Amino acid sequence: MTDQAYNFAYLDEQTKRMIRRAILKGLAIPGYQVPFASREMPMPYGWGTGGVQVSAAVLTPDDRFKVIDQGADDTTNAVSIRSFFERTAGVATTTVTTEATVIQTRHRIPEVPLAEGQILVYQVPIPEPLRFLEPRESETRKMHSLEEYGLMHVKLYEDIARHGHIATSYAYPVKVEGRYVMDPSPIPKFDNPKLADCPAIQLFGAGREQRIYALPPYTQVVSLDFEDHPFEASRADHPCGLCGAVDSYLDEVITDDAGGRMFVCSDTDYCETRQAAGHRGKDAA
Amino acid sequence: MTPLLSVQGVTKRYGAHIGCADVSFDLYPGEVMGIVGESGSGKSTLLNCMAGHMAPDAGKVVFDTRTDGPRDTLTMSEPERRMLGRTDWAFVHQHARDGLRMGVSAGGNVGERLMAVGARHYGDIRARATDWLERVEIAPGRIDDRPTTFSGGMQQRLQIARNLVTGPRLVFMDEPTGGLDVSVQARLLDLLRGLVRDMGLSAIIVTHDLAVVRLLADRLMVMKSGHVVEAGLTDRVLDDPQHAYTQLLVSSVLQV
Repeated sequence: MTDQAYNFAYLDEQTKRMIRRAILKGLAIPGYQVPFASREMPMPYGWGTGGVQVSAAVLTPDDRFKVIDQGADDTTNAVSIRSFFERTAGVATTTVTTEATVIQTRHRIPEVPLAEGQILVYQVPIPEPLRFLEPRESETRKMHSLEEYGLMHVKLYEDIARHGHIATSYAYPVKVEGRYVMDPSPIPKFDNPKLADCPAIQLFGAGREQRIYALPPYTQVVSLDFEDHPFEASRADHPCGLCGAVDSYLDEVITDDAGGRMFVCSDTDYCETRQAAGHRGKDAA
Repeated sequence: MTPLLSVQGVTKRYGAHIGCADVSFDLYPGEVMGIVGESGSGKSTLLNCMAGHMAPDAGKVVFDTRTDGPRDTLTMSEPERRMLGRTDWAFVHQHARDGLRMGVSAGGNVGERLMAVGARHYGDIRARATDWLERVEIAPGRIDDRPTTFSGGMQQRLQIARNLVTGPRLVFMDEPTGGLDVSVQARLLDLLRGLVRDMGLSAIIVTHDLAVVRLLADRLMVMKSGHVVEAGLTDRVLDDPQHAYTQLLVSSVLQV
């Protein structure tokens, strides 16, 4: 069902070439934000235009593509981006993490450890970790180039001063290979340890902000913290209601207006695989 | 004795205009230098050139660094100069909001310089911030309040605490008491005088207020149209002004 009016994967070859060059530069300088000429995509900014462009540039006809949005394969964003590439690239798609070669994600890293040969593409709304502390782009660039990252700790300091602990729970800043401070896109900080030493290639695309950055396989990624307030990967303190998993990141689902709620894995593929293997949580039908 | 700061022939032009021309002086450790003059006389230009905020067209600004001895800060690499700017130097702006992060709590403002030079222990940072708030007479209970909730005088004192927390050796001040009412000015001056004495700071204070230099400065430079017209010990210059412009300046102070 490929739409023949478009080039493979929607973007023209020159554009893909330009994006691939940015990706290669990003891989060569882990954590550095490479500017690129982001294109108008047939979807609004904020829906993953950066991730879609990166995916379009790395997809080949042999790839198997998976899209997740908050961990789920069946939400609007994931469904529409998956069908977009089914139409424009005709690539095979899957919901199984281990089968996919390219995974585009919004706000999560899959629970199943990634393997060599896989590419994880993140959708990034704001690539600049220092943006809310220092609004001037000229200044933040200078801070990156001179490695002046004291300000990032001011944000964490403010968290502790106000809440008694580091309350930043997503988009938790990390330092890459002891050099660049990077915004890992709004993934929960539960996922931060998975960024480090990952066998897969991780690419980050910000469409509106026109930046691409990357983590090559097996990169050192350290979450910033204080000596007396160390980084903690937090999760809701419950087992999954459907599959009983105690090691996965959970979504809280309100089930009625009388305080009823359940906690379920946000990674739908992980949860379904476990249920198929016979695991059952307390809320499972 | 090596001067802490040696300024040699600093000149800055704005096109055909002269910002400041051929200014030279030495500042020794523990000394406070006042620069006075009317608006547009080049005081702030000179200060910005010395503090590295602006590149002068000619001249040298030699600073006696802790590690390498006297070095020209204008030919230093930018990372070195910026490092100097957050360790050995401090800059107090006229308007506190230029020197503070208004969206960050008082404690975070004081702690920023510590974190910028590598402090990574929350308890220590907080203890030192509390200590410094007390030293500038801000109640420690306000450590988590934002500077937007502070009065003008408190903001200025907070800015001073934020600058002095890393124990700088040289402080640049641009009209530190400008825009404050008289009683608040007096308290701020008292505080500054105490801090300068206790810490053995050297300071360069730009002001148009002769009372400020009389209280704080050991030596005085009078500037007019970008040139230094008179320099000497503060009391000598103010009590026995030689240059016609200085005489005018001294005689135009209102006696109440």
